[in-house]
Amino acid sequence: MESLAELRELKEEVKDQQADGDKPEIIIGMGTCGIAAGARKVLKEILNEIDKRELDVTVNQTGCIAMCEKEPLVDVRLPGKSRITYGNVGIDNISKIIVGHVVNGNIVNELAIAKLND
Amino acid sequence: MEESTYRSHLLICCGTDCVSSGCEEIKSALEEELANNDLADEVKVIETGCHGFCEKGPVIIAYPEGVCYCELEPFDMAVIVKEHILNGRIIDELLYQEPLTEESISSYKELDFYSKQQRIALANCGYIDPEEIDDYIANDGYEALGRVLTEMTSQEVIEEVKDAGLRGRGGGGFPTGLKWQFAHDAESDKKYIICNADEGDPGAFMDRSLLEGDPHRIIEGMIIGGYAIGADEGYIYVRAEYPLAIERLQKAIDQAEEYGLLGEDIFSSSFDFKLQIKEGAGAFVCGEETALMASIEGKRGMPNPRPPYPAQKGLWGQPSNINNVETYANIPYIMLNGAEDFSSIGTEGSAGTKVFALTGNINNTGLAEVPMGITMREIIYDVAGGISDGKEFKAVQIGGPSGGCLPKDKLDLPVDYDSLIDAGVMMGSGGLVVMDEDICMVDVARFFLDFTQSESCGKCTPCREGTKRMLEILERITFGEGEEGDIELLKELSQNIKDTSLCGLGQTAPNPVLSTLEYFEDEYKAHIYEQTCPGGICQNLLGDYIINQDCIGCTTCIDTCPVDAVTGEKGEVHEIALDLCIACGTCVDDCPVDAIVQE
Ligand SMILES: Cc1cc2nc3c(=O)[nH]c(=O)nc-3n(C[C@H](O)[C@H](O)[C@H](O)COP(=O)(O)O)c2cc1C
Repeated sequence: MESLAELRELKEEVKDQQADGDKPEIIIGMGTCGIAAGARKVLKEILNEIDKRELDVTVNQTGCIAMCEKEPLVDVRLPGKSRITYGNVGIDNISKIIVGHVVNGNIVNELAIAKLND
Repeated sequence: MEESTYRSHLLICCGTDCVSSGCEEIKSALEEELANNDLADEVKVIETGCHGFCEKGPVIIAYPEGVCYCELEPFDMAVIVKEHILNGRIIDELLYQEPLTEESISSYKELDFYSKQQRIALANCGYIDPEEIDDYIANDGYEALGRVLTEMTSQEVIEEVKDAGLRGRGGGGFPTGLKWQFAHDAESDKKYIICNADEGDPGAFMDRSLLEGDPHRIIEGMIIGGYAIGADEGYIYVRAEYPLAIERLQKAIDQAEEYGLLGEDIFSSSFDFKLQIKEGAGAFVCGEETALMASIEGKRGMPNPRPPYPAQKGLWGQPSNINNVETYANIPYIMLNGAEDFSSIGTEGSAGTKVFALTGNINNTGLAEVPMGITMREIIYDVAGGISDGKEFKAVQIGGPSGGCLPKDKLDLPVDYDSLIDAGVMMGSGGLVVMDEDICMVDVARFFLDFTQSESCGKCTPCREGTKRMLEILERITFGEGEEGDIELLKELSQNIKDTSLCGLGQTAPNPVLSTLEYFEDEYKAHIYEQTCPGGICQNLLGDYIINQDCIGCTTCIDTCPVDAVTGEKGEVHEIALDLCIACGTCVDDCPVDAIVQE
């Protein structure tokens, strides 16, 4: 990094890229608390499900959002919509979240905890 | 009419869309469940065409009730057969519900858990990908560093940190700006900056979450610290039990090097800085700063007398600055938003926020970052959601093994460095263990002393021998062998150990005993003079287990007793042989009618 201007340029570039993402995004909490609660299995199942249905979805990870009690936490963000957080997600819930929310745009009532507008 | 002999009709949609979402498996699972319950003749399963509800398929409509169960999985069939068919109960969870719209879901800020929180150190945790430096940069990452290196002198940086009123988050609460000033003023051409990520308090995991969730923030804070004191090299001391934190931190360091944010001539400012991780073996005492530096040097992790302080003679004899993970995590925010903004959060003497690890008998365990000055009651009842299982609050332990316990009448105490010290406890690094009515305060003190005693490095006598003697006394009391004079002896030993130990471990080890003596002395007395344990924990004081007349003679306790102490015939009141009983309590937990009590 040679200058502050270069950093700011990179920042705008990344923000642009993230903003005009036209793909649904799934984000999994992969802190120690998430992993201990089974996040790795959940991640695997999500990848399976995406594969099986040949979906074009971005899968990302994040750290602990502090609600360790409700891990595994999975967020879904559809293009132009708020990021919705699901809690206590088990591998049995994945198809519901993917088919219901990611594919059909319906939030899965019983698992949704909160939304994040950003 | 043959049809009318069926007590229920279950219509399964087998249109193409539902077939693809798995209705064949549903149907066979359902038929199997019905057969298992001998219901095949009473319930008719009918395949129908599309119900027009494909998004929610597979769907079952149950008549005569006419209810519609949606999004079924094969394992739901057992529930439908048992609850709906056999018990006649409608299963709410499987009913069709209007899809929630985004508007009807509360935002994070509206959740009780978050509404009283304010996130500075944890701002990015749970939002960004910790393994992507670009994600951090998109959220203002390294902007503070860029400004510091290109627009500020080192003294200006230090003044900003001083004005912000930031105090160390690792336990002691020493003013960070002042500490940086000492290291800055020390003359030497080699200085070090160190991050303390040893995090040894039982129940604490704030630093781990920060390192795992937002490693670049700590790195940025450390580079700024390095610039401020004139260090070109830094160490992060992380316990080896945190493999994920270490992995993410190493990735972050590699990425920062690749971007030229670590290395030579950062932001063309001619400032060089390199950073490395040192894995610690997880001894509690290695969190003490002088022991930590000895450990980095490859020596045994034992503390050394201060002075000299690290700012004069630290790592490898050079001036060094050591701060906690969370302390560094606050630095980029202060540099970006200014001292005034930061000091407006929290209280006058304790600026900013503190991250707590909430554990114990509460509804919402997890991490909470709250403004200083918030009351303990708000943390426990609003953020943590109150005591679990509808029980009563008894005490909260703060400050880890160096801290103490606060009782109910201190719930309205503001949580800041000075109020806590006045109440005989300390902020510590942020562990909060909430305890309900079913706890024995003498046993809690014993637990923490057992911890410090076994973590004592043994270098100085007061800590090595003194904590051992204190532990023996506490063990005697909890065994029901307390004697007159024990309380006085504990107080005297505590004072001596505090006054004469070499490092903070010994100097604070008696705190859990002293604070429980201050607020719960009655419980000590009950153990010693009345041979009772008010919390119902100390087995030797609880009397013998007996089975009363409520016993239904189910033989459960006979089967579960590990030492075959229970005898009796089926249908008759059982009996415990007291000479065999080891008072393990297994039978109490298993008795379906709570007929086993202690007397
Ligand atoms: C026995 C003992 C254990 C300690 N453990 C830690 C620890 O795990 N993490 C930490 O940051 N500070 C710990 N400290 C405090 C450090 O010695 C030091 O004060 C702190 O790292 C300074 O950072 P701060 O000013 O940012 O709080 C411990 C102190 C003692 C006496």
